[in-house]
Amino acid sequence: MTTTSAPKAAPRTAKPVTLSSKKRRKGSVLLTVLTSLMAVYALFPLAWLLINSTKTQEGLFSSFGLWFDDGKFALFSNIADTFTYNDGIYTRWLLNTLLYVVLGAGGATLLALLGGYGLAKFDFVGKKAVFAIVIGAVAVPPTALAVPTFLMFSKMGLTNTPWAVIIPSLISPFGLYLMWTFAAQAIPTEMLEAARVDGAGEFRTLFKISVPLLMPGLITTLLFTMVATINNYFLPLIMLKNPDWYPLTVGLNSWNAQAATAGGEAVFNLVITGSLITVVLLLAAFLSLQRFWQSGLAAGSVKE
Amino acid sequence: MAVPLAAPPPQTRRVRRSYRGWQFVGPFMVVFTLVFLAPIAYAIYLSLYRNRLIGGNAFVGLDNYTQALQDAQFWSGVGRVGLFLIVQVPVMLFLALLVALALDSGRLYGKSFFRVSIFLPYAVPAVVAALMWGFIYGSQFGLIGNLNDALGISLPDPLKPSLILASIGNITTWTFIGYNMLIFYSALQVVPKSLYESAEIDGAGQFRVIRSIKLPAIRGALVIATIFSIIGSFQLFNEPAILRNLAPNAITTYFTPNFYAYSLTFSGQQINYSAAIAVVMAVITMIVAYVVQLRGTKDL
Repeated sequence: MTTTSAPKAAPRTAKPVTLSSKKRRKGSVLLTVLTSLMAVYALFPLAWLLINSTKTQEGLFSSFGLWFDDGKFALFSNIADTFTYNDGIYTRWLLNTLLYVVLGAGGATLLALLGGYGLAKFDFVGKKAVFAIVIGAVAVPPTALAVPTFLMFSKMGLTNTPWAVIIPSLISPFGLYLMWTFAAQAIPTEMLEAARVDGAGEFRTLFKISVPLLMPGLITTLLFTMVATINNYFLPLIMLKNPDWYPLTVGLNSWNAQAATAGGEAVFNLVITGSLITVVLLLAAFLSLQRFWQSGLAAGSVKE
Repeated sequence: MAVPLAAPPPQTRRVRRSYRGWQFVGPFMVVFTLVFLAPIAYAIYLSLYRNRLIGGNAFVGLDNYTQALQDAQFWSGVGRVGLFLIVQVPVMLFLALLVALALDSGRLYGKSFFRVSIFLPYAVPAVVAALMWGFIYGSQFGLIGNLNDALGISLPDPLKPSLILASIGNITTWTFIGYNMLIFYSALQVVPKSLYESAEIDGAGQFRVIRSIKLPAIRGALVIATIFSIIGSFQLFNEPAILRNLAPNAITTYFTPNFYAYSLTFSGQQINYSAAIAVVMAVITMIVAYVVQLRGTKDL
């Protein structure tokens, strides 16, 4: 289903195929069983995580992985320990991740909105060059850029500060593409012209008229950039030395790795519980925004 | 049908040609220059120098590149991601496509349950996925160890050198099947249903409909998913970096090109050579992505 209201998209907003197929075709047990195998594959590591978050560090070693440790249910003490271990640094990591997501993903979405809108609705000198440069850069893997960016940032004194993580997160070429596509489809140029005739400024027009039309695209872009920022491991790993600035990903792995260091305490139960909390928070965010996520993918990746 | 890397979206009437668009595109381009173009330029600059014990930092021309092209460790990493790409990407995309077709067939019981549950792993950050699977693979309190003890068998250790790449492939496959499934499924949903009706009238069976209507219709989505997966494979870093705690012998410092560049910078202090490696990798990725895009969209 397309979410945009552009006339071009109209013929494609035909009723979803599934509605009519449901009426027409009978369900297949075989197909359902085969698909269930995929669902089991997808869900069993999460089940493992859930089950093992109820175990103590000792219980992890002494009990079977896919069942609970008899008589011991340590989930709540694990959660409490996760938040209090190392003076409650997990909370700090959680807030850091939130900071990087709000500023990084939020900023990336705003820049993509402005840029995509500009590319879709204006003809300006140098537009072709902008297009060529951005397209060329999409294929450059961000991690290939990370090491040179680190070297550059360390010259500028930005490493080991939150900026070192936030600034590179601000650019999402894919987000720019999505916003551009959405803006081209969803905003009738006549409407912008009418607003101009009425004397509205360009930015006022954007935020009063265009942004409401672009909401599905904006939320999709925000979700993509959020996932990218939360998933970020390589960049914060090389940029940050001080654990106080770690995001969850780097922090959790530092807990995991400390067992291997001399004199380091093994806290696998906390790594597992900390991972579970991270996953639960993300799943909640994902499922509540599912509707936008789906329609955005449809419009973003399949458009004509 | 266009792919993101190809033609611009169709445009409605244009506003008067001027510099006005720059007030919108400007901010993006300023930050883009800082975090994309400047590091690329800086990497190229660094790659042309070398730090010598005597004489300090000296211009060496293309020496670093000549070294990279003859560096067996670098090429073993490239070979590893190449193998990964040839095996993991098709397996993952094929499974994702099967699930998408199953969802789209309208013959599945509990369709929304499957759609959501198979997508769930995508919401798990790669680091957490690697930690989780690492525990499962592990012989101490891992599932493999448990099964060996419980059943008195000895399953092959997924963390041994000959299996580690497959084990990493499993983690990436697990994470991204749902994401690719959703891309394909969304693409299938906009196929006009009148096509299916006429196919049915013509007596075409399910598989014929899939081959002749559904697959060609979502070709754009297939190309996009392939390009993203290729770029992702070349960037392989998180999973090996995290599993290295468990399998230090199976995962070398040059396991993937990215890992190699990281090791060269942070343990080897060879920033100039590391920059050359990054540039070579970026060029290889761009070429492969470009070729796939050209081939994928050739006769559209």
